[in-house]
Amino acid sequence: MVWQSMWMYLKVFVVGGALCAIGELLCLLTKLTPARILVAYILTGVALSAFGLYGPLVDFAGAGATVPLTGFGHSLCQGVIHGVQERGWIGAFCGGLTATAGGIAAAIFFGTIVALVSKPRMKGR
Amino acid sequence: MNRQKIHTDPIHYNQLTKQVSPPSKLGQGLLRSFWVGGVICVLGQVIADVGTGLLKMSTTDGYCLTAIVLVFLTAVLTGIGVFDKIGQYAGAGSFVPITGFANAMVSPAVEFRREGMVLGLGAKLFTIAGPVLVYGISASVLVGIIYAILYH
Amino acid sequence: MATRRLGQQTICLPMKPAICAGAACVGPKEGEGPLGAVFDRVMEDELYGQQSFELAERQMVLDAARMAIQKARFRESDIQFFMGGDLLNQIISASFAARELAVPFIGLYGACSTMSEGLCLGSMLVDGGHADHVLCVASSHFCTAERQYRFPLEYGNQRTPTAQWTVTGAGATLLSLSPRTAPMARITHVCMGRVVDLGVTDANNMGAAMAPAAADTLLSLFEDTRTAPTDYDLIVTGDLGQIGRSLLLKLMLEQGMPLKENACQDCGLLIYEQEQDTHAGGSGCGCSASVLNGYLLPRLQSGELRRIIFMSTGALMSTTSSQQGESIPGVAHAVVLESPVEKGKN
Repeated sequence: MVWQSMWMYLKVFVVGGALCAIGELLCLLTKLTPARILVAYILTGVALSAFGLYGPLVDFAGAGATVPLTGFGHSLCQGVIHGVQERGWIGAFCGGLTATAGGIAAAIFFGTIVALVSKPRMKGR
Repeated sequence: MNRQKIHTDPIHYNQLTKQVSPPSKLGQGLLRSFWVGGVICVLGQVIADVGTGLLKMSTTDGYCLTAIVLVFLTAVLTGIGVFDKIGQYAGAGSFVPITGFANAMVSPAVEFRREGMVLGLGAKLFTIAGPVLVYGISASVLVGIIYAILYH
Repeated sequence: MATRRLGQQTICLPMKPAICAGAACVGPKEGEGPLGAVFDRVMEDELYGQQSFELAERQMVLDAARMAIQKARFRESDIQFFMGGDLLNQIISASFAARELAVPFIGLYGACSTMSEGLCLGSMLVDGGHADHVLCVASSHFCTAERQYRFPLEYGNQRTPTAQWTVTGAGATLLSLSPRTAPMARITHVCMGRVVDLGVTDANNMGAAMAPAAADTLLSLFEDTRTAPTDYDLIVTGDLGQIGRSLLLKLMLEQGMPLKENACQDCGLLIYEQEQDTHAGGSGCGCSASVLNGYLLPRLQSGELRRIIFMSTGALMSTTSSQQGESIPGVAHAVVLESPVEKGKN
């Protein structure tokens, strides 16, 4: 049991780390800005998920696949597909944000709260 | 252009620039982004396991909890001025995980609050993270429409 | 027929306008650098007791301006032109500081070349008899520049090795034909630069974008005044940084006017220690402005330096032009400064 979860965490570490290292590689070699890389990641996530390729990676590496931004794309895509299955075509519009609402709402809410209580400060201090 | 005293063509100048510009430290960058990114994902897995185990959530809700907690931690670290140091060290290791998305939303909100609550904080929240949502959501809606046409 | 012109770009100033006084006010990081002790004022923190970084930059300009006026034993009302600029949209630091000073204001935008642009124009006004006393300022602030041009301060972006660090600092220089104190230096020639663009598009490598303009202006100055690099004790560029300086040396070598390694310095490299993690060096209007007023002018006044070329360099892009894929045009304006100490003395 312990070994099983250690093995799981190792997989999470390696897959998550590798997805980040690929981003770094793109960043250093192509001079793409982080914003462009993130857009590329989310589009890749949506595309891989639509063809059923990202699901197996999530089963294999758990948070190692869901925490990187490709996982965000995967959640959007799966949300849309479930939405269509359950509610018909309207799910194409409602499903994606429903599935990802947690992260987005948290970022907006905590972002606002933090902005209210903290001050901009100099880098490196 | 020939009226300039510098008779150097851009192609030659580009080569000169490459000669004197220090190379990016590829190995160091990859190593740093790999281990920091890996650790953030492991932390995410721990949160998901706590959610599904202790709090008896479904797997989907567990990953949702992961997102919320990581976003919360990033927001706090951004507010106290620590996250930019992590980002400078780890590069893609911190911006590829959802922590990067959260930092991209929180940092302009903090920075532009002085321009007002509505047009500063409120409007600038999405300046860096906006494109990710725009293209991610648009692509997923497209997938949904195609799926609806094919299977319904 | 303009009688004071030499060649294509250089203007000779027969009256040799004097620099009566200079003052520099810098941020804490600059205060910790190798030149920390020479600046007139080092801020305790980046906010400088103000509500925002923009207000702090404005206050820096105002304090530097007032210190320069005071050192030269002038009053604010003696100043006939106050000219200067900064990096912020609509040059708000300079113009809002001018609101406090209540003297005729000429706003300048030359990106990081603003200090020498101001000195060129100011000394021509004085030399031509259009003004007795002119005050030139330039400023930049890391935090205001970063949020306007790049990312919020809290955003965890990685800086590339070619990137430069915007100097938090302001410099003010008072020019006059009738100084009330011993002059610090005299301006003998100015050379207005052309805009040169050799196709550099990387906004994180501005030194490379500006080096061709620096070389172009230097070559014009040497040709117009029939001088050579060896006629000057020092050639000081504004903010080329590590990469830009190497490129300038290479370009000048290729053009047959080699500069000596130790007689060519850059304010962006002088102002920070290697360990201060500023990558390729300092940049911004405040970089050359504070180094000139805090470090170079006193050395000219003492006669340690006899004759130097001071040349601030500017990268003239905006975030809009960069996003639309345009390359970065550069410009450099040069001023020839001479020590007031007579030759043979000392």
